[in-house]
Amino acid sequence: MRADPKGVLTGDHYLDGDQACAEGALAAGCRFFAGYPITPSTEIAERFAERIPEAAGVFVQMEDELASMAAVLGAAWGGKKAMTVTSGPGFSLMMENIGLGVMMEVPCVVANVQRGGPSTGLPTLPGQADMMQARWGSHGDYEIIALSPNSPQECFDLVIEAFNLSEQYRVPVMFMMDECVGHLTEKVSIPRPESIEIVDRKWYRGRKENYLPYAVNGDLVPAMVKAGDGYRFHATGLTHDERGYPSTTWQTQEKCVHRLVNKIRQNAENIIKVEKDNVDDADVLVVSYGISSRVAVPAIQQARQQGIRVGHLRLITVWPFPEKMIRELAGRVKAFVMPEINYGQMVFEVERCAAGKAETYLVPHGGGWVHDPKNILQVIEAAAA
Amino acid sequence: MSQLTHPMESILRMNRMPHIWCPGCGIGTAMTALAEALNKTQIPLDKVAVVSGIGCTGRVAGYVKLDSFHTTHGRAIPFATGLKLANPELKVVVFSGDGDLVAIGGNHFIHAARRNMDIAVFCVNNFTYGMTGGQLAPTTPPPATSTTTPYGAYEQPFNLAHLADSAGASYVARWTVLHIRRLTKSMTEALQKKGFSFVEIICPCPTLYGRRNRIGDGLQEMQFYRDNCIIQHGADTRTIDIKFRDKIVIGKFVDRERPTFLDALNSRLLEALGNRYEPYGKVTENADRN
Repeated sequence: MRADPKGVLTGDHYLDGDQACAEGALAAGCRFFAGYPITPSTEIAERFAERIPEAAGVFVQMEDELASMAAVLGAAWGGKKAMTVTSGPGFSLMMENIGLGVMMEVPCVVANVQRGGPSTGLPTLPGQADMMQARWGSHGDYEIIALSPNSPQECFDLVIEAFNLSEQYRVPVMFMMDECVGHLTEKVSIPRPESIEIVDRKWYRGRKENYLPYAVNGDLVPAMVKAGDGYRFHATGLTHDERGYPSTTWQTQEKCVHRLVNKIRQNAENIIKVEKDNVDDADVLVVSYGISSRVAVPAIQQARQQGIRVGHLRLITVWPFPEKMIRELAGRVKAFVMPEINYGQMVFEVERCAAGKAETYLVPHGGGWVHDPKNILQVIEAAAA
Repeated sequence: MSQLTHPMESILRMNRMPHIWCPGCGIGTAMTALAEALNKTQIPLDKVAVVSGIGCTGRVAGYVKLDSFHTTHGRAIPFATGLKLANPELKVVVFSGDGDLVAIGGNHFIHAARRNMDIAVFCVNNFTYGMTGGQLAPTTPPPATSTTTPYGAYEQPFNLAHLADSAGASYVARWTVLHIRRLTKSMTEALQKKGFSFVEIICPCPTLYGRRNRIGDGLQEMQFYRDNCIIQHGADTRTIDIKFRDKIVIGKFVDRERPTFLDALNSRLLEALGNRYEPYGKVTENADRN
């Protein structure tokens, strides 16, 4: 399916990551936006509010982030592609309804322009410390999809991918930006609508009387309907059977949660995207995402000039984690080096998958700024020694 | 010979009966009033969606044979807001309890009323948290006891009708489950009203509120309503607080015209953008009732 031209601002633009994210969402077909102002994500909402009237959609500024997330879920059941954006404390407030989105299997996108934390932290400055919250922040057992762009162009391209994945797997997709990527201004080329690939909702097309909201075959993703089409369906946050009816047996729980987890795990290889640079001959592999992937580049270049065989693996998909790839690489490289603007989050995933076959080094940063490439270089040197 | 069917079968999920509510509880009566009101309005049932939060009343969404959503605690109204704005041809009904709508969800309640979001909110007020075992609610009148106010309540409760009125609701009424015909009529009006309409439904909870507060069983509480309710349409909502074991003023208090959220949005954008703007969410009236 091709993009609706109403949302596509074809041409070359000079945009920051936040604006590019809003343009990407419009190009992806997002026609409902509910949000609450919070730095440094507000510009996404502002751009959307300005652009949506002429793209046949609706913007609503809600009273808080709990309401924003709830409204997004309602809008998706109303048949729209929907998103909300937030940062820091707002992401915490969205967690409960992200869980409802997982349980009801609601396609939607939540962008988090990460800032320094915990609590109010550093509202105007970068952090990358919500990566584990994106994965585990709502209660109960589930799997999620999270993507991490590193440029305004990628904010545009990848948020389209986020919408596509959310429709394909019926799961809220976390779009994990950071303040630097959000406020970085660069050239963004927006293609013509006919060259933008859009995944439509997996609409149910069978007979009305046979419709079971949570019945699946094959890919573990149930077909969806929208309110108002005469299916008279029920959806709940309670553990439910194929009819969508609540049930308190452990057998129903097993069936329900197992599928929520497995629809992502079984498709992990189809979801995961990474960018590789000089990986094949690497002794040391820098693993990075978001703005840290750009700060790592001068450190990597300098290390190679010094004769260290260092490669770069950039995570575009952070959840599901590229577990299989890291396991394989751990048998080939001597060490992994991971710069993150936190005191260790994704690095623990790398360490877990390396399983002792390669050393794992974190280059930590408390937030509020990006790494000095020299610090990354020092760790690469130590890892290579 | 034709088979006997329940008169509400077209609206209730009979395969989910029996329901979870206790003997003497009034939520079932309130749900029946909704079903009856929907029948009366002739709104196409395929275009009706019911959204509930959490609690005893929150289970209503699971029993109605309509598009229905059982959401998170307190968030039925913002969920309904998203649903309505995404698909404006829907008649969106929020059916939930007092704790859900005005304690944990209180902020959403006032903001939806302020925006005049075009939804009908039916709030069963039983003065307590039933599902969790009878704790203090934002409506519990002092000095009623609850499990978390074992020596009697001392906080001032909300006057829900006044809250809705002052926040800007287009329609505000209060009835009890004893006044079933008037309640049903009021729900019919609320369903047909454009904008934020609110009906408070006073309801016995004999298991957790009535017994603990020596009101007695469900029947005795209904007798209490019969003896103590005063119908006073158009009453000033500031004067109709509900006190412990005292008179209850019921009736239709507010019925006024205000632009809905979408009306206001469309007129503003038309003024600002002219013919570059196509009004959002034009409702088509071609759906058949089934």
